[in-house]
Amino acid sequence: MSDRALHEAALAQVRDAAAAAALGGGQIARDRHLARGKMLPRDRVAGLLDPGSPFLEVGATAAHGLYNGAAPCAGVIAGVGLVGGVQVMVVCNDATVKGGTYYPMTVKKHLRAQEIAQACRLPCVYLVDSGGANLPNQDEVFPDRDHFGRIFYNQAQMSALGIPQIAVVMGSCTAGGAYVPAMADVSIIVKGQGTIFLAGPPLVKAATGEVVTAEALGGGDVHTRLSGVADYLAEDDAHALALARQAVASCAMRNTCNVNRLASEPPALDPASLFDAIPADLRTPYDIREVIRRIVDGSRFDEFKARFGETLVTGFAHIDGWPCGIVANNGVLFSESAQKGAHFVELCSQRRIPLVFLQNITGFMVGQKYENEGIARHGAKMVTAVATTKVPKITMVVGGSFGAGNYGMSGRAYGPHFMWSWPTSRISVMGGEQAAGVLATVKRDAIERAGGAWSAQDEAAFKQPTIDMFTEQSHPLYASARLWDDGIIDPRKSREVLALSLAAACNAPIEETRFGVFRM
Amino acid sequence: MFTKILIANRGEIACRIIRTARAMGVRTVAVYSDADAGALHVQQADQAVRLGPAPAADSYLRGDLIVQAALDTGAQAIHPGYGFLSENPDFVEQVTQAGLVFIGPSAQAIRAMGLKDAAKALMVKAGVPVVPGYHGADQDGAFLAREAAKIGYPVLIKAVAGGGGKGMRLVDGPAQFAEHLASAQAEARNAFGNPAVLIEKYITTPRHIEVQVFGDGTDAVHLFERDCSLQRRHQKVIEEAPAPGMTVALRDAMGQAAVTAAKAIGYAGAGTVEFIVDGAGGLRPDGFWFMEMNTRLQVEHPVTEAITGVDLVAWQLRVAAGEPLPMRQDQLGINGHAFEARLYAEDVPAGFLPATGRLDHLVFPSDARIDSGVVAGSEIAPWYDPMIAKVTVQGPDRATALRKLQAALDATEVAGSVTNLDFLRLLARDADFVAGVVDTGLIARGQGRLCAAPVPDAQMIAIAAVVAAYIAAGPLVGFTLWQPLVRRIVLGQGDVVHEVSLQVLGPDQITADVAGAQVSLRRHGADWGARALRHGVRQVSVFGAQTVTFSIVDPLARGSDIAGGDVVLAPMPGLVREVAVQEGDHVVQGARLIVLEAMKMEHVLRAPRDGVVASMCAEPGDQVAAGDLMVALAPI
Repeated sequence: MSDRALHEAALAQVRDAAAAAALGGGQIARDRHLARGKMLPRDRVAGLLDPGSPFLEVGATAAHGLYNGAAPCAGVIAGVGLVGGVQVMVVCNDATVKGGTYYPMTVKKHLRAQEIAQACRLPCVYLVDSGGANLPNQDEVFPDRDHFGRIFYNQAQMSALGIPQIAVVMGSCTAGGAYVPAMADVSIIVKGQGTIFLAGPPLVKAATGEVVTAEALGGGDVHTRLSGVADYLAEDDAHALALARQAVASCAMRNTCNVNRLASEPPALDPASLFDAIPADLRTPYDIREVIRRIVDGSRFDEFKARFGETLVTGFAHIDGWPCGIVANNGVLFSESAQKGAHFVELCSQRRIPLVFLQNITGFMVGQKYENEGIARHGAKMVTAVATTKVPKITMVVGGSFGAGNYGMSGRAYGPHFMWSWPTSRISVMGGEQAAGVLATVKRDAIERAGGAWSAQDEAAFKQPTIDMFTEQSHPLYASARLWDDGIIDPRKSREVLALSLAAACNAPIEETRFGVFRM
Repeated sequence: MFTKILIANRGEIACRIIRTARAMGVRTVAVYSDADAGALHVQQADQAVRLGPAPAADSYLRGDLIVQAALDTGAQAIHPGYGFLSENPDFVEQVTQAGLVFIGPSAQAIRAMGLKDAAKALMVKAGVPVVPGYHGADQDGAFLAREAAKIGYPVLIKAVAGGGGKGMRLVDGPAQFAEHLASAQAEARNAFGNPAVLIEKYITTPRHIEVQVFGDGTDAVHLFERDCSLQRRHQKVIEEAPAPGMTVALRDAMGQAAVTAAKAIGYAGAGTVEFIVDGAGGLRPDGFWFMEMNTRLQVEHPVTEAITGVDLVAWQLRVAAGEPLPMRQDQLGINGHAFEARLYAEDVPAGFLPATGRLDHLVFPSDARIDSGVVAGSEIAPWYDPMIAKVTVQGPDRATALRKLQAALDATEVAGSVTNLDFLRLLARDADFVAGVVDTGLIARGQGRLCAAPVPDAQMIAIAAVVAAYIAAGPLVGFTLWQPLVRRIVLGQGDVVHEVSLQVLGPDQITADVAGAQVSLRRHGADWGARALRHGVRQVSVFGAQTVTFSIVDPLARGSDIAGGDVVLAPMPGLVREVAVQEGDHVVQGARLIVLEAMKMEHVLRAPRDGVVASMCAEPGDQVAAGDLMVALAPI
């Protein structure tokens, strides 16, 4: 198969997964939802955003393959779009997925969306239609720090930072969920459809014997007229979304641009030619500049320190007019490459230029020579720089993301503003073959110490489960299902994804960086 | 020549006169009412003088103020344009008594032609043919029957005091005369309190052909004919020159008759002699009859200018300044063919109701002559004629000129008010008109086809939705990681609601679902397949073969609908003439509630259903705006 065909096949697998996730809880649930006069969740998102607005969706294949497939898209849609030209974070429950209840991944995705919003100072609009915590999974959604309660904690924190929190109650909003509108700065509720209560009618009856309808207990009329829990009463979904658009407009905010943005210019090389220019097999080395030239404005790249530490490519460019410093792997990391990386990150931090990491890394070089010259010391410098810089970081995994290379290249643990993956990328602590080899070596040593013998056939059989496990777990769908990244993307859309990520990230002021101690 | 003239008019004709005056080095003084303070003619003139409030009676008809303005500004002459005071002999006298020159005929000439019957008698004396008829006082049935036979059947019996077709009968032969006479007299008595009738020859295929004349008080020439047969209730719509099918013999006969008429009254300046011509079986030199003479510059004078190369306003100024006629008859000739179409702000499907509004968008073709008194942003006020522009084209022959007219109308774009543009476009392509087979009944016969409300196709609706949605331009427009989002847009078009689902597939590509029909649109420049624009208060106009205007339904305007036929709104701006019911009255559906006078017409507002008048929000004399609440009925 040609590289193009391999890329297309990998892409098709993700596209199918995303398409299935976009359908939510299936046709029956969708029909029932529509029969109630409700708009489908994605149509709600569309109705909130400006027509034609870009929508940078987060976690489009979250929970893929988890919970026996019970929570497509993790039961919640999240992403950045424009409302009245202002970037907002939309979080929209999908009531066709188990009544919009929160699975562990639902919670993680909701929190991730809030984390992005807070980092980028994006107003949040919550389109609420959820039965609250998914009870069979209550131990994994309720008690811990990053569980359900954190949603409301985040709302309070963001509100305190002046980041508007707007809730639109378009369906159930029960128990803990009731705090989404209650904690919001502004809340809107749909007449005859939205309900907010700490305990629904069945629980009330069980607790006190009181028999009451959902509408009388906590419907739109009650909450806008009597309780004051909601502020605006909407006639239906479309009206509610129009009110939400008005609420965003009434925040009187605008996008801020904290860098010197230039006019956008398309790349000289067509991004669509990526599939022909880049090998699909991770083991085939290629020049990362082939990718850079298909992403940056005018294909212009001011390469910094091109002749030193050549396995790390660094330099300045613009993407859709946004200035950025690009850090891209072009082979295994050596001490020089790591020093160069630390130097470049320091440079961008000094200048408050956002960083874009293009990850294709098998790791740092190993071996006596390298350990002795202190590659860990040099690697630590780069990791320190990446960890402590205050400029926005956008990470895109275009190939391998293995071992400590992941750290130095702003992997998930390093808090990048956004992290995206290509369908052909792979992520794991090391390669599956290597891992199996390590385990086999340990085992062989043990067997041979005991005087036994281990046939090559037995060894291969021993290694296979490990290889299989790594193959499965390093796949981007596996990673994205667990929100190790913010989503898998079509590589040909890398430029747009980076542009939108930068636009969101540059909305927040860039603070002055104070680095940690560099091990010199 | 004068050094400064005052133009006692407004709109396109004032602008048109200013244009020639400026070319001749003559300075101009405009006059204006409060409604026209920012009007184009005020901006274009060298000076402007306010006359008074908006109603014409308080401004453009105030001859005393106009004369005073001329004296105050040092203007030596007054050009009256057309309409308003242009054919008012008293005004002419006021002007001349003030020592100023009236650019037009004498008061005496105007008076001579002002009274239709006297004018006809004068023409008979001068040997100009007039429509055979009996206009006398003898109302004896047998006598009238003899007169009818003398005139020759078919004849028309008309009420002397008549109007609007009341008391009018067409009689094909003597057998039915007595019966029709009786019913016409009875109807006339009922309608007007006066049974007197007159009898005229009925012309089966009448054409309206008029001759442009120009006199200097002693001599006169004609500048050939114009055919104004395309009329809607005596309102000219498209005029052309020369008349299709005109023969040299008829043209000479009509021209001579017109010059004779002008000379008979010592005519000075531009005038028009209108004839009715029998179009049945080809034009004949003995088949035309004098109708009346208009003692002013006509609205449709540009078609004559287009075929003769003469600037009639320049001639008016020169003759008024005492110069002789600039050209002799033998120096005048016809060059090709010309058409003029009149673009009005009017609601054609609603029966040509005059419309008002702010012209949010106005584009004219560059290769046609445009006479207009408005620009984009101008208001069409309810006080005056709702004309937007006259579109005039000229070509070497009729077919070429007609193609140019069609192209010019196609390239014209108006948004902000309904217009008769679609009607003009259809009319310019009417088979009979294209073939040159015209008569004054052509429009009435084609009414249903020509005046139909536009029915937009899915493509137009889709384009309107896209423009309504305001899809920005830029490389990230429509970006999604995977599936495109589906955005619903709701448009209104009269009582019809269109729901459109848009999928923005990229910066320049959209798929629309319009009631199940899939429309694929691509952006070319600023357009999505047709010129369209958003304007006014939540409106979108698409300029296709027809101009269709949609309202963008405001998703926030909810719960505020006053529905169910509980209210009566003013259909247009106007003056409340009469209030027929009071609060508390029981009314039946169709009952007369209010009479609204607008644009010289009376509109009766009727009860939409049986009910009780809950509130009456109008009083006689109120000036109301379109959409004002007039009457509310108690809810059922």
